[in-house]
Amino acid sequence: MSSGGGDRLGAVTKAQFPLLGRQVHGRPIVYLDSAASSQKPRCVLDAMNSYYETINANVHRGAYEIAAQATEAMEASRAGIARFVNAPSADEIVFTKNVTEAINLVARSWGGANLGPGDAVVITEMEHHANIVPWHIMAAEKGFELRWIGVGADGQLDLANLDQLLDGAKLLGVTAMSNVLGTLNPIRRLADAAHDAGALVLVDAAQYVPHLPTDVQALGADFLGFTGHKMCGPTGIGVLWARAELLEAMPPFLGGGEMILDVRKDGFLPNHIPHKFEAGTPPIAEIVGLGAAVAYLEGLGMDRVREHEVSLTAYALRTLEERYGPDLAVHGPSEPACRGGVLSMSFRDIHPHDLSQVLDDRGVCVRAGHHCAKPLMRHLGVPATARASLYVYNDTSDVDALADALGAAGEFFAR
Amino acid sequence: MAGLEDLYREIILDHYRNPRNRGELEVPPAVQAVGFNPLCGDEVVIYLEVQDGVIVEVSTGGQGCSISQSSASMMSTAVKGRSVAEVRRLVRAFKHMMSIHGTGIGGTGDDLDDDGDSGNGASDVKLGDLEALRGVVKFPVRIKCATLSWNTLVQALDETFA
Repeated sequence: MSSGGGDRLGAVTKAQFPLLGRQVHGRPIVYLDSAASSQKPRCVLDAMNSYYETINANVHRGAYEIAAQATEAMEASRAGIARFVNAPSADEIVFTKNVTEAINLVARSWGGANLGPGDAVVITEMEHHANIVPWHIMAAEKGFELRWIGVGADGQLDLANLDQLLDGAKLLGVTAMSNVLGTLNPIRRLADAAHDAGALVLVDAAQYVPHLPTDVQALGADFLGFTGHKMCGPTGIGVLWARAELLEAMPPFLGGGEMILDVRKDGFLPNHIPHKFEAGTPPIAEIVGLGAAVAYLEGLGMDRVREHEVSLTAYALRTLEERYGPDLAVHGPSEPACRGGVLSMSFRDIHPHDLSQVLDDRGVCVRAGHHCAKPLMRHLGVPATARASLYVYNDTSDVDALADALGAAGEFFAR
Repeated sequence: MAGLEDLYREIILDHYRNPRNRGELEVPPAVQAVGFNPLCGDEVVIYLEVQDGVIVEVSTGGQGCSISQSSASMMSTAVKGRSVAEVRRLVRAFKHMMSIHGTGIGGTGDDLDDDGDSGNGASDVKLGDLEALRGVVKFPVRIKCATLSWNTLVQALDETFA
């Protein structure tokens, strides 16, 4: 059964990802864990190899040819990434290790300078631990209040008392797309409400930027973080985008080389943005790789990527419903157009860890666990889920393999 | 390649479906310890009551996969009525079985005789039904599931004698 236009994209792109050609346990791999980490296309691997083979040198230092080329490659990536998310300036793109570090940077630097007793930070019950724990840490240190937007029906945020929660708040931290439910949150509406209340908005876009066309200006965000390895890029590289005036006013995060203009025995002068926040030698090859990943996704077209995933998610929801009915619950919004391709499943009374073990036996890779979202798990009333997540290289054959493997798991544990 | 049958032995599934010694004990006289597997969210609660150096009551609670919950159930039947000294030897023997290289990994296994037939080490301890969990070693990701309740038991023993 074909899902139309979306299936063709999956079939075409699969061949571009070397890892997807391998087998596990004697079967072709069925990779359904892209929400944890995506696979990498050949062009990204080639770009990183080529960097090491032809222009490897430290950046922003040497006057020799290859050092200049390395610097140029890194800054070209920064510019490409800025264009990819429609940032007004490449100076607003700060390279971090991942989105976790991006949020910690904001919590530590902006939060350290701006939050204190009597203040409040509002986050949601569907946040990843990366957008919870940094605020717990800073709240303990600075004495501000942490408030929570709950999750209501159909995996949507409960915004009934939003104005009340935002009253007196200095920051709203919210995920653009839940890594468990797939829920796409109404970022623009939330940002407008937060700004009306005098609060800034930090968007965890780790699950959003890889899957949908992203325009940081249209979203109305003040800070937005994402991570390279979930969007066809390498591990070890992430991005914090923030409005320039905020970055200018924030104190440095990590201190060291690269982030200074001058150092004396009695102090230092920080560098201009974004370098002020990039202490030490950066992961240059990874930055080059992320630049290649962004170019690859632009080549596919993010509108097409989104269309493919909506179509494949609809096929998956339909297939699982037809095959397993009420025995299988997929948490989160029921309407494919309102969600991403993240399918967190509870199947009969089979524990997700046991379920994923049987799926693995058939080459099907899904994530089992709490997905670093324990407050949300408690809300859902489940200890864990088995999560299948879709990306550009998945097609209906992957969904069919998942459905078959679920059947095998059901039989195995019914014996 | 290890097959699923190596992992999911019938006796394991039986303990998972019909857990023994499930419930709570009054604290005190019992002590309570809680263990977490941060990777998957599994949680094991152990209640332990020791009198005159003997474990007179043990009870388990929590939630998790078949391996973590069956291991907790089998552990509870294995330790009930035994002396604390015997139980500590059993813990060492079990963790020895659960270590990938057949030698103790980490603190509790360091004093272990690992040649398998030494007289005074953990190797003379009879594991009985617990042998069914031996297959877990072939699935390294699941070792933490099997050892969770045993580590929590050690916490409860340490709490008892704190």
